Amino acid sequence: MTDQATERAPLAVDSAGPDATGHFGRFGGRFMPEALQAALDELTEAWQDAMADPAFTAELDRMLREYAGTPSRLYEATRLSEVAGARILLKREDLLHTGAHKVRNVLGQALLTKRMGKHRVIAETGAGQHGVASATAAAYLDLDCTVYMGEVDTERQALNVARMRLLGAEVVPVTSGSRTLKDAINEALRDWVSTVDHTAYLFGTAAGPHPFPALVRSFVRGIGDEARAQCLELTGALPDAVTACIGGGSNAIGLFTAFLDDADVRIYGFEAAGDGVETGRHAATITAGEVGVLHGARTYVLQDEDGQTKDSHSISAGLDYPGVGPEHAHLAATGRASYLPVTDAEAMEAFALLARTEGIIPAIESAHAVAGTLRLAREMPGATLLVNLSGRGDKDMGTAMEWFGLGRDRGEELADTATEEPAGTPEEDS
Amino acid sequence: MTALSDAFARARAEGRAALVGYLPAGFPTVDGSIDAIRVLAESGCDVIEVGLPYSDPVMDGPTIQAAAQQALERGVRTADVLRVVEATAATGVATVVMTYWNPVEKYGVERFAADLASAGGSGLITPDLTPDEAGPWLEASEQHGLDRIFLVAPSSTDERIRYTTTHCSGFVYATAVMGVTGARTTTSELAGPLVARTKQATDLPVGVGLGVSDGDQAAEVAGYADGVIVGSAFVRRILDAGGDAGLAAKELRALTEELAEGVRRG
Repeated sequence: MTDQATERAPLAVDSAGPDATGHFGRFGGRFMPEALQAALDELTEAWQDAMADPAFTAELDRMLREYAGTPSRLYEATRLSEVAGARILLKREDLLHTGAHKVRNVLGQALLTKRMGKHRVIAETGAGQHGVASATAAAYLDLDCTVYMGEVDTERQALNVARMRLLGAEVVPVTSGSRTLKDAINEALRDWVSTVDHTAYLFGTAAGPHPFPALVRSFVRGIGDEARAQCLELTGALPDAVTACIGGGSNAIGLFTAFLDDADVRIYGFEAAGDGVETGRHAATITAGEVGVLHGARTYVLQDEDGQTKDSHSISAGLDYPGVGPEHAHLAATGRASYLPVTDAEAMEAFALLARTEGIIPAIESAHAVAGTLRLAREMPGATLLVNLSGRGDKDMGTAMEWFGLGRDRGEELADTATEEPAGTPEEDS
Repeated sequence: MTALSDAFARARAEGRAALVGYLPAGFPTVDGSIDAIRVLAESGCDVIEVGLPYSDPVMDGPTIQAAAQQALERGVRTADVLRVVEATAATGVATVVMTYWNPVEKYGVERFAADLASAGGSGLITPDLTPDEAGPWLEASEQHGLDRIFLVAPSSTDERIRYTTTHCSGFVYATAVMGVTGARTTTSELAGPLVARTKQATDLPVGVGLGVSDGDQAAEVAGYADGVIVGSAFVRRILDAGGDAGLAAKELRALTEELAEGVRRG
């Protein structure tokens, strides 16, 4: 606890790092064009000042409570627990305004934008959740908003595109590269380098160049802070393990941070394994990637032998990203957290199971965490497992209809697959 | 002294700015890029930047993105880029590589430096690597006698400019605009003051890039800078030729001659 950042921003920095220049062990840092260095320095300073200012944190707390609906509930999923053979607690981030944990991050960043005197925000989005959250925060705080979204994602998440437009945001479909999240980030960075004097980049996950991984963590860590206290109150003890899905990793770092120093609490992140890691069609960055530099940070990256970024694949647009936040890379490298792959099929099985047992339709992203937790329950029978249910699944109904053949009178077969047999692949179903 | 420093010294001795031309390796094909670069070298470029196509070029506008994507789709490899460097350097023109950082890191910083030096390259321009994160490259470039060209921008503080130029050699790359690569119809009013601030911090030559596309702009920039860097305008000529290599060569030659005349006018 010696660097200046720590003294200025006790909320923002903890024992996990980063150091003053944004490094988590060998990961992180700032690999960005010189043109953006001044803006990133300005952002770092403004953020640290804000987090040390009781007026800012009080206003953010008020917004989170009154507008977003925090603290989110910690819900004991008794029927799911029976099926799983372990005590499963769900952190209900899906019940927050806009339907996901992302609202915590954007309210923090948007309030910071106002404080910095900027009037426009830009954001990238994959599933559309961060885009919707950004558009919402922009409407709420009277900021102009432009959202970059890969063209492929605008097609598979058309409903979220409509939501963003209704909220007053401009949605720009990105047609370069693989036309998904990574290319949306590239395009947002290109916008930012030209508009940085009046525009803030609301980065959607705990990745990217310093200070974003630590900054985003500071706004989402309420998830874990709340869950830890709620779990103690509900069960009288800490959970045996905490689990979350990992794309860039913001919901996961939001949950994990509060438990990093609890040596007895095991930490699991579940990555999107798409068709299976062995098929090469996946987004399991830590499981199958190599250390490299992507979007401003050193981290694990899905890349070919020449360091070109590979396309990732996942049924879940929000996890379909070939990089991962640098702190997760560090937690994986140090062994503090374990990162395991979950396939599309496993996630969709858990998606249906949660709907049938608890009446909760999760985001497909969050269904990866549920699926991984069910697997974990078999290794840790009777254990208390705390899952971050990071978002709700309304946006995913189109995908679910296609996967399960819903709307084609397949309801009964779905009930069978959800509670007994693993769900088949779409090909087997159709 | 690298060939790069020589090229700038020669231009300075002639009382003019150096003309620096950029083309991506492997665009439209590996051999096609060598042919195109030869045209640039023969018709007036003092320095050639060979671009290493990358999947996520955040500093590049649509023109260079399109070229890089086309090169990658046709399977260009890092080893091919080094082959283009070798062919470029063989023309006698000073040759540097412009690359995003990850491909170098993946190739191995030390190995890349060694292979670049033996291909006759003078150094690297690194748009997303600043000296802050450049430890291994500072070491490798030292060991292999390669130049490190870092970027300064209109948003750079004087302190940043001092810091960055301390770690530069060969020349300093001044980005004329706050934005990405791409031809623009007017020159930037930000470039002149940036060059002046940079020259207060260093005796190294200062090259200005981003947006220069014709002889008049080259002349204007040559009035205050030591080098005029042109990329997208060359790439655009090749894209517009639509696969007609003869037409592309003719257009590239005409543009190079116009720019070369411009840097002598400024």
